[in-house]
Formats: sequence, C-alpha cells, structure tokens
Amino acid sequence: MNTATKNFIDLYTREREVIQSNSSEIINGLRTDAMLNFKKLGLPSRKLEKYKYTDVQKYFEGDFLTNFDRKPINYEPSEVFKCEVPNLNTVQAFLLNDSFYPTIDKKELLPKGVTVGSLSQMADRFIEWFAKYYGKIANTREDALVALNTALVQDGVFIYIPKNTVVDVPIQLINILSGDQSTLVNRRLLIMAEENAQVNILMCNHAVSAVDFLQTGVTEIFAGENAHINFYEIEETHSRTHRFNSTFVHQAANSVVQVNTMTLMNGVSCNNTNFHLAGQGAHADCNGMTISDKEQHIDNITLIDHAVPHCTSHELFKYVLDDKAVGAFTGMILVRPDAQHTNSEQTNRSICLTKEARMYARPQLEIYADDVRCGHGATVGQLDEKALFYMQARGINRDEARLLLMFAFVNEVIDKINIDPLKEHLHQLVERRFRGELCNCAGSALNK
Amino acid sequence: MLKIKDLHANVDGHEILKGINLEIKKGETHAIMGPNGSGKSTLGNVLVGNPNYEVTQGSVEYLGKNLLELDPEARSCEGLFLSFQYPVEIPGVSMTKFMRAALNQHRTYKGLEPLSASDFLKLVKEKREMVKLDSKLLSRSVNEGFSGGEKKRNEIFQMAVLEPTLAIMDETDSGLDIDALRIVADGVNQLSSPERSQIIITHYQRLLDYIKPDFVHVLLGGRIVKSGGPELALELESRGYDWIKQEGGK
Repeated sequence: MNTATKNFIDLYTREREVIQSNSSEIINGLRTDAMLNFKKLGLPSRKLEKYKYTDVQKYFEGDFLTNFDRKPINYEPSEVFKCEVPNLNTVQAFLLNDSFYPTIDKKELLPKGVTVGSLSQMADRFIEWFAKYYGKIANTREDALVALNTALVQDGVFIYIPKNTVVDVPIQLINILSGDQSTLVNRRLLIMAEENAQVNILMCNHAVSAVDFLQTGVTEIFAGENAHINFYEIEETHSRTHRFNSTFVHQAANSVVQVNTMTLMNGVSCNNTNFHLAGQGAHADCNGMTISDKEQHIDNITLIDHAVPHCTSHELFKYVLDDKAVGAFTGMILVRPDAQHTNSEQTNRSICLTKEARMYARPQLEIYADDVRCGHGATVGQLDEKALFYMQARGINRDEARLLLMFAFVNEVIDKINIDPLKEHLHQLVERRFRGELCNCAGSALNK
Repeated sequence: MLKIKDLHANVDGHEILKGINLEIKKGETHAIMGPNGSGKSTLGNVLVGNPNYEVTQGSVEYLGKNLLELDPEARSCEGLFLSFQYPVEIPGVSMTKFMRAALNQHRTYKGLEPLSASDFLKLVKEKREMVKLDSKLLSRSVNEGFSGGEKKRNEIFQMAVLEPTLAIMDETDSGLDIDALRIVADGVNQLSSPERSQIIITHYQRLLDYIKPDFVHVLLGGRIVKSGGPELALELESRGYDWIKQEGGK
C-alpha cells in the first residue's frame, strides 16, 4: 500500500468520530463501506488505465488541514467574493470550502417547491428520499477517489426541482477555496430534476488564498422523464489547486442533460464525467473546454453508457495547451447489447502551442449492439499557419491573429451554453485568459 | 512606388524567381501574364511576405522603404494588398470581427483612433454594396462555405475596406463567371486613383478588357522576358506563349 493511501486511511480512523458527529445519518451510513472499498482499491497509480495520465498519488501526499469539526464560517462569502455574471440574474448559493453558507441570494426567485440547501441539513430532513438516492449512482467500488470522498464528505449542496417545474432563473453555486495553509476539501452535490422539470445550474470554482488545496468532489445528477438539465461548471482557481471531481448523471426516458466543464485556470484537475442513459429517447450532451499554460495539468475522463435503445449522445472537448501544459482526454462510449439505434458522436480537438505542451487523446468505443451510429474523431495540432498568414496579410499582427484563432477554437464549446449573458461572459473571460488578464481574486496572484 | 531589383526566391529549396526587375510608379496598372508555373503567384506572395517563400537575392523598395525587412502585417498597414488566388477559410472567426480587427490595426498603425462600431458598420455597408457582397456573408466565418465567386468578391471587399496603395490581384478572375468578373472589375476600377497602383496577375486577356493595364509583362521561367503596352496582352491571347519562348526570352 502506498503512503498516501495509508495516510488517508489513518486520517479516517483517527477522525471518524468527529466526521460522523458533524454530519447527517444518511451520509454517515455510507462511510464504512466506502472506506473498505478505498482500502481495497488504494489511491490509483499511473498503472491503472483510467488514471494513466495523472499521477493521483502524488497530489494526495503531504499534510492537509481539515475542518471535520465544522468550525463555523464567521464572514459573509458574498462580500469576500463576488462572482456576478453581467446582465444575468441568478439565485446564488455559496460553498466555502465544504461548508454551505446558510444565506441564499435571491432565493425568492425560485418557484414553489424548489429546494436549494445544505446537503447534510436536507439529508436530515428528507431521510427517506436521501436513502433512495444519495450515493446510488456514485459507485464506490470502482473508483478510489469516489470512495474516499464518500468516506470523508460531510456537506455540500442539494438541489431539488419537483415535477413539472421550470426554473427560469439559473441557480449559481459559487465554490470558494480559502485557507491559511494546505487544505483538504471534500464536496458533494446531489441534484434532482423530476419529470418534466427544467433547470440551469452554473457552478463557479474559485480559490482565494495562495496555499495548496486538495479538493475531492462528487456530483450526482438525476434527470427524471423528459427533464432538462444544463450543468455548467467553470474552474477559475490557481496553480496550487488540485481537484479530483467525479460527476454521475442518471437519465430517465426523453431527458436532456448537458454537462459542460470549462477549465479556464487551474493547477491539476481531473474531471470524471459519467452518463448513464437509462431511459429511451434520452439525450446526453457532454462538453468541455480547457485553456492551460505553464505547468497546468488537465485530465477529462468521460463515460457515456448507452444502456437502452434510441438514445443519443454528443460529446465535444477542446483543449488549448501552451508552455508545458499537459492535457489528457479519455472518452469511453459504451453501447450495451440492448441499446439498438444509438446515435453517438464524440469529438476531441486540441491545439499545442509549444513543442513542450503535451496532449494525450484516447477515444474509446465499446459497441455491443449492431444497429447503431457511433462517430468519433480526435485531433492534436497547431494553429493553422495559413490562416495566421492570411490575417497578417490584412494587417492583423501575429499575436492578435493567434488570439483570434484560439478564441474561435474554444468558442465552439462555449456556444453550447444556452444562456446568452453567460455565453457572453465566458467569451470575455476566455479573451482575458488568452490575454493574460484573468486575475479577479487574491489567489490568482499565483497565476501571473 | 515599387522597385524590384534582381529578385530571386525559393519555395521548398527550388528557385522559382530567377532575377525579377520591375518598377511601378504611382497611378500605374501593370499586368503580369505567363504560363502556369512561371512564378507569377510566387512574386505576389513574396511581395506580401508569405513565410513559405524565401528571398535569396535582390531587393524590393516600396515607398522608399526596404519592403523585405517588414513583417507581413506592417506591409499591409503600409498599403500593400494581395488578393489571394486561394483565400483561406478561418472557421469560428466572423468576417465582421476579422475586418474590424484588420481595419483598426491599420488605423492604429497610422496613429488614428479605432473606428466606433457604428462607423465601422456604415463603412462595411458602403463597401459591401460596391462589390455586391451578400450581407449574410459578413456574419459568417471568414470564407467558410463561401462559393468560389464569393471568396473572390470577398477579397475585393477587403481591399475596398483597407484602401491599399498598391494592390496585387492574383488570378482574381479565375473561377469567375462573366457577371462576377464584371462586378470584381468594377470594384477594382472604383478603387483606382492617381495615387494608387495595381498589379494584375492573370492568365487571360479577359480581365484586361475590364481593367485596362498601362503595361503588360510576360513572366517566363522566373524572369520577365517581355514587356509592352496593352497590345501585348492581345497578342498573347491570339498567339500563346510559344513565340516568346522561341525568341529565347531575350
């Protein structure tokens, strides 16, 4: 057993009482099994196919400050950190490290019956419901990182949209990492949109202090029949944030779910996104975009599981890698024997701006049905020299021409967003990022 | 305006231009004709600084400056323009964004303020009408999905916006039907002035019916082997290039 795994087992054994007494019964209920699975699996080494391109163990070594005894937050997060999208009204909830901040901004805009709140508090309130859904799609037997999160997590966010309810105003979750020293943060999200419900969720991730952060996260999303969910996640942290996130989506018949993971600024990020298409006529849209430079590392691992007939999935991931940045994409499309008439498309395009930048692309298809359409394409290349010269020949200087091309390249992913002010905001963030002007919080001093 | 002296240039290590000498004065229109592979397009690309073409010898003076020392973007801002034979498609960059970036860089170069959005749109509308370019094309990506004729018209539109001092048309007539040819030629003619010069690279006399050259040069094997007035183009049209080859390119 490697040291990092052992350290985390020890941490759990030592803190177990404290962890349990500061969380809810349902969440506690899964810990023992999760820890057993974690012991069995151990933190993945690069020998494990899935994590071949990210040295997970390395980032789990060292000492981290925890907040298992739930010291209360004694300041107003919305005053510490504003994350406004211009021209867009959102219901704002805050997660400071792994603590849900009790005040929700513009909560009155939510339709009746919609719940946004602390995961552990809601777990105490809706015991039967949680027993049915919590941890049910985030499997702890297969991935040590999911197991570890399940064993250690105490709180997070719960979003519930009852059936036939359309939430017009986007729900924005602002996740803030803050601390005086190296900090471990375990977060958990549980999202349910019942039959015919519709919701847009925007999750913004920031780090406001210049220390190391290790963040594990698990998000479970349940889409009922004909539900529509757009889940946009933006990471704008810093070079010392190490993030290991797993998102699980379960889709009933005719539901439409988009997960769009946009990494604008980070240290090391490993995003697992899993779709399980369980009802006929469901559509999954799995998108992602990353802009990396210096020694940033980004690994997107996706699985789209077509379990039943007549489902469609569309996947688009784009990377721009500068300096010594490393990108990886593993995209598995699984078409099970019953899943006839599956229509699935996967595209991964990457640009390496330097000779030192690295991109690893692994499209993987496993098809066990015979009447399906599955397309996939992966390319890694450089900026188009012909296009650059064409623009220069019209007077646009080379730097600006490069910027226009890079901007155009990632815009294809941003344009999948169906909220116009958010799209516009992202265009601006991306432009600032490419111009090296993206620094809106204290931690971002690290990114200069 | 432009003085080319003993210009030699390579593409992929092969010498294509083998000593070009050419002088163009203010207000003049020069036609450069010649068979395939004689170096016509190479000359155009070398003048605008295409990095795939390597100048090995000779000099080019443009408005008193050493042209070969300037970046392609500076050449453009100094008023040089090439209408490309094969315009490049740039997916994701809209025509409007592209032209606005180009025009504003030209203005910055000249020490002018960038044009406001409304003034820019006014200018674009005026120039677009000049070459009868469909307004829908301006919201699309640069040249993406444009027909051959639309691409050529788009080149002339860009020229109209940037108002170059020296415009080089590289086979702008190829792939155009008669109507499109007339529109393109009209656009070019409207832009000509005593202060501006043009180089028309073409295979055929056809375009020269619409754009009257002052001089016609025959490029053969990387050299200008014969120069004359507009009548030379007519002679080439009826006799082909063989008789010039037989004259030995003297």
